[in-house]
Amino acid sequence: MATTTDSAAPAKPASALGEFWYYFSVNRGAVVGLTVFVVLLIFAAFAPVLAPYAPDAQFRDALLKPPIWDAAADPRFILGTDPVGRDMLSRLIHGARFSLFIGFFVVLGALIVGVTLGVLAGYFRGWVDVVVMRVMDIILAFPPLLLALVLVAILGPGLFNAMIAIALVLQPHFARLVRAAVMAEKNREYVTAAKLSGAGHFRLMLVTILPNCLGPLIVQATLSFSNAILEAAALGFLGMGAQPPTPEWGTMLATAREFIIKAPWVVTFPGLAILVTVLAINLIGDGLRDALDPKLKRS
Amino acid sequence: MLTYILRKLALLVPTILGISICAFAFVRVLPGDPILAMAGQHGVTPERYEILKEQFGYNLPIWQQYFNYLGSVLTGDFGISLATKRPVINEFMTLFPATVELALFAMLLAIAIGIPAGIFAAVKRGSWFDQLTMGVALTGYSMPIFWWGLLLIIFFSGYLGWTPVSGRIALNFFLKPITGFMLIDTVLYGNWPAFVSALRHLILPAVALGTIPLAVIARQTRSAMLEVLGEDYVRTARAKGLPPGRVVNVHALRNALIPVVTTIGLQVGLLMGGAILTETIFTWPGIGKWMIDSISKRDYVVVQSGLLIIALIVMAVNLAVDLLYALINPRIRVQ
Amino acid sequence: MSLLEIRNLSVAFDTSMGLFKAVDGIDIAVEAREVLAIVGESGSGKSVAMLATMGLLPDSATVTADRMSFEGRDLLAMSGSQKRRIIGKEIAMIFQEPIASLNPCFTVGFQIGEVLHQHLGLTGRAARQRSIELLELVGIRDAADKLGAFPHQMSGGQCQRVMIAMAISCNPKLLIADEPTTALDVTIQKQILDLLVQLQAETGMGLIMITHDMGVVAETADRVIVQYQGHKMEEADVLSLFENPQSNYTRALLSALPENAVGDRLPTVSDMLFEPAPGVRP
Repeated sequence: MATTTDSAAPAKPASALGEFWYYFSVNRGAVVGLTVFVVLLIFAAFAPVLAPYAPDAQFRDALLKPPIWDAAADPRFILGTDPVGRDMLSRLIHGARFSLFIGFFVVLGALIVGVTLGVLAGYFRGWVDVVVMRVMDIILAFPPLLLALVLVAILGPGLFNAMIAIALVLQPHFARLVRAAVMAEKNREYVTAAKLSGAGHFRLMLVTILPNCLGPLIVQATLSFSNAILEAAALGFLGMGAQPPTPEWGTMLATAREFIIKAPWVVTFPGLAILVTVLAINLIGDGLRDALDPKLKRS
Repeated sequence: MLTYILRKLALLVPTILGISICAFAFVRVLPGDPILAMAGQHGVTPERYEILKEQFGYNLPIWQQYFNYLGSVLTGDFGISLATKRPVINEFMTLFPATVELALFAMLLAIAIGIPAGIFAAVKRGSWFDQLTMGVALTGYSMPIFWWGLLLIIFFSGYLGWTPVSGRIALNFFLKPITGFMLIDTVLYGNWPAFVSALRHLILPAVALGTIPLAVIARQTRSAMLEVLGEDYVRTARAKGLPPGRVVNVHALRNALIPVVTTIGLQVGLLMGGAILTETIFTWPGIGKWMIDSISKRDYVVVQSGLLIIALIVMAVNLAVDLLYALINPRIRVQ
Repeated sequence: MSLLEIRNLSVAFDTSMGLFKAVDGIDIAVEAREVLAIVGESGSGKSVAMLATMGLLPDSATVTADRMSFEGRDLLAMSGSQKRRIIGKEIAMIFQEPIASLNPCFTVGFQIGEVLHQHLGLTGRAARQRSIELLELVGIRDAADKLGAFPHQMSGGQCQRVMIAMAISCNPKLLIADEPTTALDVTIQKQILDLLVQLQAETGMGLIMITHDMGVVAETADRVIVQYQGHKMEEADVLSLFENPQSNYTRALLSALPENAVGDRLPTVSDMLFEPAPGVRP
């Protein structure tokens, strides 16, 4: 018996994906975040085409030029140049490639390792669980940045090693999450039913249980994405991440530090880029959380 | 309650051992030869090399080295810093109060502003204040902390000239530390200008460090309050004719604070990472800066012991938070 | 003069799907010493009407009425603080989930003491004394010990007794009980109902019993209002209602009772070819 209502609110679509999108799109912030993220993806994908200059092209005649709205600006360089004469805008656009790549790579790595460990621990329990959880506890006992620093010191500075270090530091969150979800789902009737029909461990873990733990996992993935970008930028800033002249936003801030008074734009813009990116992802994350569990819809 | 504490402590022992093994192993795996690093510029002759090797126990099997290390740690000997040639524990005790002062002040700011903001945003849900606060909070924890610190310096130190750029206190004040906490020491000495100087030095790094905890606490408080405000017992409180202030700040808040306390505890652990960056930017002489300097200088002894001590502190704080949680949640406390 | 007089009460909620009218033009009146039962299905708006009277609805609710007065005093015109002097003191309410209705972080003694302090100004030993008295009145043994207990340490029945103790602590003239026994075991249900009836008889307060259980209506009520989807379907004294129901809906409700079943299939309300009044959603 359908109730008629006064407003012209659209009926909620029947499919799961449609319903998900409905709740997601109601959250304006999330849609803005998604739009910004897509723009960033485009910048990253087409950086060589979109950037006015090459990121490491040095213009000796235009060192430390301010952005276009300043009187002393050089009209060739909209956002100014850095201390060795490289175009800020081009470096920022190319930097998007690095940040997004870092995010995807780290999350993928942390996801694979963390989910595997979490599923094994939650499913088999016993000593597997104890060992895995103790190791996770140990990793989580160290402040994440410090641990990443030590790992990078061991492996050697560089973007790739930084990404591995960060992935290692972030994966306990996934492991714990998945373990808790698997333990909760393991005793449900549908799992017992699958077991009775002869499903083996592997199939039970991957096909039966795991798909039902996806909600919190997706939210955690977006959180880790933004964390990864921030941590990589921090490592770059400390000189342990991407090395100069790589146009990674954090690394750009490291070399800019001495110019904060003289040429603040060299410091402002890379940080702003990080902020916008992370903010967009966090907005998406909020939207995902609300959409994946409408019962929890709060903000 | 006592069994709860003991159980938690018992679970910690293997973790602590694991941490010590990790700290020990990390340093052994760091590239470079520690003996050569210790020898410094002038290098060593092969004979001297062997002597040093034996002196520091590097010729022993690895597991024996570990147990020796464990033994010395348990007696409070964390080794001698390669860079400064002073006992690590002494260095630590000098620098630790600086970090604690910074972290405490940052946390205080975060709690004092974050919780009331979260409460108000929840009570006035959907209002401009709510949206503004949550927007600011979201921005707050999306920012790279080192960039934020630099921006603060550009504006407050560079543009306005209100705050200094580095250090804990102006160089013309020389005070022998009593507690190690600059704010307290200057008061104990009765030196008002020194106190003001210490405060001016502390405020900017504390704001930088405290921004992320503030944002997280504000959001968490708001969401906890929203959940609690919809509960039956809040309705009962209103039905009893209690004033709205009491309903929110006594009945609702008391319950909402339970998850918020856990959040605060977690933030303390993350604060250490933030301290590394903040201390670097503001040249704040704390253990964060100490650690990163030691890593780049390959001061193995410091890195090894520093890792261990910091991890132990984080664990201690987490344990304290667990206990506090059990204390304020009657459902666990009274079983 | 009626104890509580409500005329043409409407409550509308602002939802994401538009405006939802939970209560539509209801009249309710309760006299002193009277037990009024408001009976209806879930969603009939019976709780909402009383919550509106108490001022316990969220901000998304719009309450309109021609008249809403308590002992002749206009509730609609009162300020928040004026109303708070009446709510909890002269009009009290107890709810459906007793354990959830008590604050888990505070002891029973604290929560009872609050009402005593707020409305009667009692503190310290006097408050403690009175709290023990009240707990004994509602049938809790070891009342002094129970003062220091937390809600999660007590059973549902005990928590509901505590709620009743808090409600009657200031000798209210009207007690509203919103499905007080629905969440309790059957044996405890009877005890709580007996307690409510006994207290009502002793103190002479008005009692509004909101329920979906016709058995409770038969046991406790003097007069009955039957509600359906925000509308009043029928109002009669309890005997007339059961013996000679006027409204189709009431007849359908009574026929749906398992006790009244004839044959091997339970009739439902829609079975009775129930035609809703115009304007009421089917």
